[in-house]
Amino acid sequence: MSDIFRRDPRAEWIARNRLHPMHKPVAEGPVRGPSGLLRKNPHAVGFIGPNGIKRIDRSGASTGGSATRQSAKQTEVILPLHKVDEPDFYIVVALDLVSGRLNGHDKDVLGLAQKLANIDEAKGAVVAVAFGELKEENLDVAGVDRLIHFYTDAYQEYNPEQRCADLQVIVKELQPRHILLPDSINGGGDLGRRLAAKLGQRPACGVWKVNGDQVVCRASAGKNDITRTLPTLMLVLEECSEPVSETRHQSLIMPLNESQEINSTIEDQGNISVDPNAIPLAEAGFILSGGNGITDWANFHSTAKSLRATEGASRVAVDDGNMPRERQVGATGTWVTAQVYIAVGISGAVQHMQGIGKCDKVIAINTDESCDMVKRADLSAIGDSSEILAELVSLVEQNNNEKGADHDQ
Amino acid sequence: MTNNNLSVISLISIGEHPTSRRPRRAEQDARAVELGLKLAGERLKALYAGTIESPSIEVALRSYLGMGLAEINILNLSDPADATLALAEHLKAERPDMILTGVRAENGESSGMMPYLLAEQLGMSVITSIVEVSSIDKVTQQAEVLQALPRGQRRKLKIKLPFIASVDMAADAPRQSAYGPAMRGKLVMNQLSVQVEDTLRSKWQINEGQKRPKRLKIVKAKTAADRFKAATAKVEGGSGKIVHGSSESAKEILKMLIDEGVL
Repeated sequence: MSDIFRRDPRAEWIARNRLHPMHKPVAEGPVRGPSGLLRKNPHAVGFIGPNGIKRIDRSGASTGGSATRQSAKQTEVILPLHKVDEPDFYIVVALDLVSGRLNGHDKDVLGLAQKLANIDEAKGAVVAVAFGELKEENLDVAGVDRLIHFYTDAYQEYNPEQRCADLQVIVKELQPRHILLPDSINGGGDLGRRLAAKLGQRPACGVWKVNGDQVVCRASAGKNDITRTLPTLMLVLEECSEPVSETRHQSLIMPLNESQEINSTIEDQGNISVDPNAIPLAEAGFILSGGNGITDWANFHSTAKSLRATEGASRVAVDDGNMPRERQVGATGTWVTAQVYIAVGISGAVQHMQGIGKCDKVIAINTDESCDMVKRADLSAIGDSSEILAELVSLVEQNNNEKGADHDQ
Repeated sequence: MTNNNLSVISLISIGEHPTSRRPRRAEQDARAVELGLKLAGERLKALYAGTIESPSIEVALRSYLGMGLAEINILNLSDPADATLALAEHLKAERPDMILTGVRAENGESSGMMPYLLAEQLGMSVITSIVEVSSIDKVTQQAEVLQALPRGQRRKLKIKLPFIASVDMAADAPRQSAYGPAMRGKLVMNQLSVQVEDTLRSKWQINEGQKRPKRLKIVKAKTAADRFKAATAKVEGGSGKIVHGSSESAKEILKMLIDEGVL
């Protein structure tokens, strides 16, 4: 719905005209009877719908003529604040924070932590531990009661030993009832196992369900389930619990004793550049995909090279022999999970759309504005693909040069 | 690249085929052996802790020998025993520079805790999901390794020797197992002084893995009208932005690529 305010001149005119049959007094305050009782007029409820039938909408969303006067802007819902001033116990959650934001996995872990914190009238506080950059603004609605944030330069790098030592300090200080970490490849699984070994505790790994004081964990590389009692340290899988959605939390910064710097045996030398075409198509984060609309394949390959994108193709391009079979995206090829997917000259067959269902952002470059790919895309460029790609390459190179110049200074 | 004065041990386990449930060469452990063979050549040692009761387990163990190992050291444990202690004791006597293992086992608890527990007991550093050891400097006691990250990315790390590393599935595929060497190779039984039973595990209930329920879209509508709307209304969000003209489109695309951080 658009939030443009629209005047309804007819309703305004009726409101001015006291003799109009649809006129209702504007100042409709509460009417009190002779005995002081509140009187409601049952006939005044509802409004006459467009086909002349009386409609009663009890949701309060529309109230007859006056609804059109309000702008359609949705009011922001302020969730009730869940306050924990003097917690009975703590639950520590170490977040993954991929590129500084909470992902779905983090939110699920926080949801589980809140569930464990509020069992049986008990009031525990969920302490989120964040390492490095923190760009997320919605920590309060995700269920963080307290926040401990390590943000010195050392935490921008991969330093699992230091992080583990910090967690040990926190555990010693707070004596948490549970410690939860996401069992992920983004660092949570590694950190949790390090912590378990240091604390000498046996963790439950791959937890996907918590039933009272029982947990169900995936074992045997996903073939079996182990049901065991609720341990202190848990590494939980995605979708182990619903994320917090109905409450707001304090997310107070928690004071902490100075963390001790330890001698790390691992030194981060940074990411190395990987040949984008060596990355398996299913894992690639940035895919440039070509289809039937491409006439100049040499241009397509050079564009992929300068964008550092993994190459993909639609089935037609593969069948015509322009691309190898393992590059095919779609139901019969690879199901991709890219963050950005650029579809050049692909109209969007159903099978292809299934294959890109998990992609985050889709950019379509096509001559036909009415094709299915344009309907799906977040950004569509209509025009000749080779011209647009050439323009894009020159812009990217210009951008890279500027960046290089910035680095030199 | 084989290094002459480097001692490497690969820890191996028995895998399980996900469909037929037959014992097999574990995929990640085979990669650990492959990486070890590339680093130390014939002097790579392989160590297995577990039962060798059934003949199918011996076949699976021999498939590791078929990769070119001369022998496999075996610590024969009964089934619910804790393998960590036995392994730690054996490894303490060996003092290797590098221990390679898979990330997690294919049967049992498969918690992936083994490298961390061993590192704690042996006082070594531990690193997870490596794909390659690019260089080893015995003088400075440092090695350079590549670690697998999500989305096919690689991170270069420098780590102090000795260390334990778990090998990711993204590492080089293991070589084929040859029948002749597999039959010629020796399975060497080692003496065990302690055997601690895993008591915690006997309390667990182990079942066939259930299919996880698919998460449903939960509609938290307060009124019937809202619920009706949620059930029938088309998902909003609509179609994206449409731009015409090559230079404008290129600019918009570049902006989106930079916003998403893929350039």
